Amino acid sequence: MLHDHHDHDHLSPSGHPYRADNDVPLTYWQTMEIAVRELLIEKGVSTAAEIAGQIDAMDRRSPADGAQVVARAWTDPAFKDRLLADASEASREMGFDIGTLRLIAVENTVDVHNVIVCTLCSCYPRNLLGMAPDWYKSREYRSRTVKEPRKVLSEFGVVLPDHIQVRVHDSTADMRYIVLPERPAGTDGWDTEALADLVTRDSMIGTSVLSTVT
Amino acid sequence: MRMTKTGDVDSFRLPPYGHEMTEFTGKRWHDMGGDDAGPMNGHAPTDDHDNALWEKRVDALLVLCSGKGLFTVDGLRRGIEDLGPEAFETMTYYERWIASVNQNLVEGEIYTLAELGERMDSVAKRGDTYGIATHDG
Repeated sequence: MLHDHHDHDHLSPSGHPYRADNDVPLTYWQTMEIAVRELLIEKGVSTAAEIAGQIDAMDRRSPADGAQVVARAWTDPAFKDRLLADASEASREMGFDIGTLRLIAVENTVDVHNVIVCTLCSCYPRNLLGMAPDWYKSREYRSRTVKEPRKVLSEFGVVLPDHIQVRVHDSTADMRYIVLPERPAGTDGWDTEALADLVTRDSMIGTSVLSTVT
Repeated sequence: MRMTKTGDVDSFRLPPYGHEMTEFTGKRWHDMGGDDAGPMNGHAPTDDHDNALWEKRVDALLVLCSGKGLFTVDGLRRGIEDLGPEAFETMTYYERWIASVNQNLVEGEIYTLAELGERMDSVAKRGDTYGIATHDG
């Protein structure tokens, strides 16, 4: 998506090159963002460096963070207990910044499949998974997941047998969920690093299940 | 949308609609859990895109402002709800966010609508693209 033009010489305060969309016409809302940001800096609420730092911190977050937590829970029963008791604290223990969020881990088992949604807006365990995918924020996902989860899941290619109970967790601004997927069969003796590589973003949302390793 | 005219102070006022609950469900428009909606087919699980710099900045402003106690994430959501149901169709995700962040900051008296209008005017005069209008390259 990079364009070959002069803007490549200009770095943002975070040290990143400006993205390609910076050379399309300025919109009303972009104008508002610039104005709001400048006013916040002038009023002493924030600084350019702090804003850039926050962007960098968010950019560094990815589902690989959540995958580390999941892999640890699979290999360390005491950690798993702590995770299920208080996912915020257990994640902090591993060095992840959870902020003031109450994070709740919900465990998939042979009998139970969990899926997370935010019907009111787009609340998501971003501190462990990074930014939410677009579909998570869509009207379709928000509306239907609480009403016909099996049908929604089937549209993701996840067809659950009737004997498996589906639990849907509706997130709020201050309370977020993350799914602890089932450890795939065929991974006995694997170390946490290899296990973490198996864990996908969607398996921690509940819209995919990890397949048996052969 | 009525909020299209840069620098028009009144245009920043959010419309009053959206507070009324609908006759049949008692829900406001954003409370869409359980509504009928189309299939997920239009949203492939892999359809990620990287956010633009301005969108990341909006996100950062929300996180920083809420972290400093200027307003809450619930306040962000309330501001988005106040935009009314058509905003969901006519504005992008981070357009709704910056509209709400701004509304919350004005309500919190961090700056005035007049200050915002003046600044938006001066920003718009800097140039035609985001890269030029943002003063940090």
